[in-house]
Amino acid sequence: MYGKKVKLRFLFLSLILVSVILSVFLILQSLKENVVYFQSPSEIQKINEISKKKIRVGGMVKENSIIMDSDKINFIITDFKSEINVIYYGAVPNLFEEGKGVVAEGFLKDKNYFSATKILAKHDENYMPPEVKEAIGDK
Amino acid sequence: MYKYFSINKIFSITSKAPKYILFIFIIVLSIGLTEALYLSPEDYKQSHSVRIMYVHVPSAWISLGIFSIIAFLSFGSFIFKNRNFSIISKSLAPSGFAFNIVALVTGSIWGKPTWGTWWAWDARITSMLILALFYGMYILAWRVYEDKEQVIKITSIIAIVGAINIPIIKFSVDWWNTLHQTASVNVLSNTSIHTSMLIPLGIMTAAFALFALLIFLMKYNTELIKIKNKGLDRL
Repeated sequence: MYGKKVKLRFLFLSLILVSVILSVFLILQSLKENVVYFQSPSEIQKINEISKKKIRVGGMVKENSIIMDSDKINFIITDFKSEINVIYYGAVPNLFEEGKGVVAEGFLKDKNYFSATKILAKHDENYMPPEVKEAIGDK
Repeated sequence: MYKYFSINKIFSITSKAPKYILFIFIIVLSIGLTEALYLSPEDYKQSHSVRIMYVHVPSAWISLGIFSIIAFLSFGSFIFKNRNFSIISKSLAPSGFAFNIVALVTGSIWGKPTWGTWWAWDARITSMLILALFYGMYILAWRVYEDKEQVIKITSIIAIVGAINIPIIKFSVDWWNTLHQTASVNVLSNTSIHTSMLIPLGIMTAAFALFALLIFLMKYNTELIKIKNKGLDRL
């Protein structure tokens, strides 16, 4: 039905596509730990040796865990399996709240203690007016 | 097959349609902007910065959609040597690129008050930047290569290779931990945007799609005029 040239071009393009998809897949696989923007407290627990490099830890701010001082803030990041204590000197973003997502950038002192140099608030995928939020309550 | 691509038939549409589409676009955009900036409620958590979403999300969708169309057409163009597909792709690229940049810039403006940073090298944002680079390569390739046969091959391959990035963008938020939130609007599962916010989002998407269509028709029309001037009666 199609000419020989058409089939050849199809084969040529398919080979390009398959090889590029494979290489992208392999690159992403080998970079896995660098593609993720942050690690969860559970993943931190699995680390064998504590490196001096800057890392990011993300999860939920544990309820009733924020302790504010004049120049520093302490809180706990949880993924509901493991937890990690965070200390941070400086101002936090407006959306930083208990029970909400957070990403802390900084250095791991030990597996349970993280010294943050930067705090980012993570926004979730829920969008609704305040009245609706009140009506459904804090689920 | 070629008789349906008679240049005069297409030209009679592309030369007249833009003014009607401009008219519809202005109406839909006015409704969309009124809904998005004034009538829709503020968000319980991010208050008024939610309104950036009504520009950010449609721009991102449309830039992804246009690149997908370009990739499909390029595939057909490369294999079946259909020059019309390539010219349609070429005419689509500028609006797709513009919306890609709009999505990146509005995302950055939203990120500062919400996340606390203008930019993060997370998988979603980085893959979206790579899409912008592919758009740039695609558009530049059309200008760099003079030879007609050669330019169609090269631009097609750029579009097809770049299309691999499309599913990566879409699923980046599910595959890896990202700062960017996961999708709120889902076809198969629940949508986590309240209806009062989903409606303006839909209208703004329609408005931006009309704008992309308008720019496309004008670009396509120009390309057809160029071909006509060379004295060719078909594509």
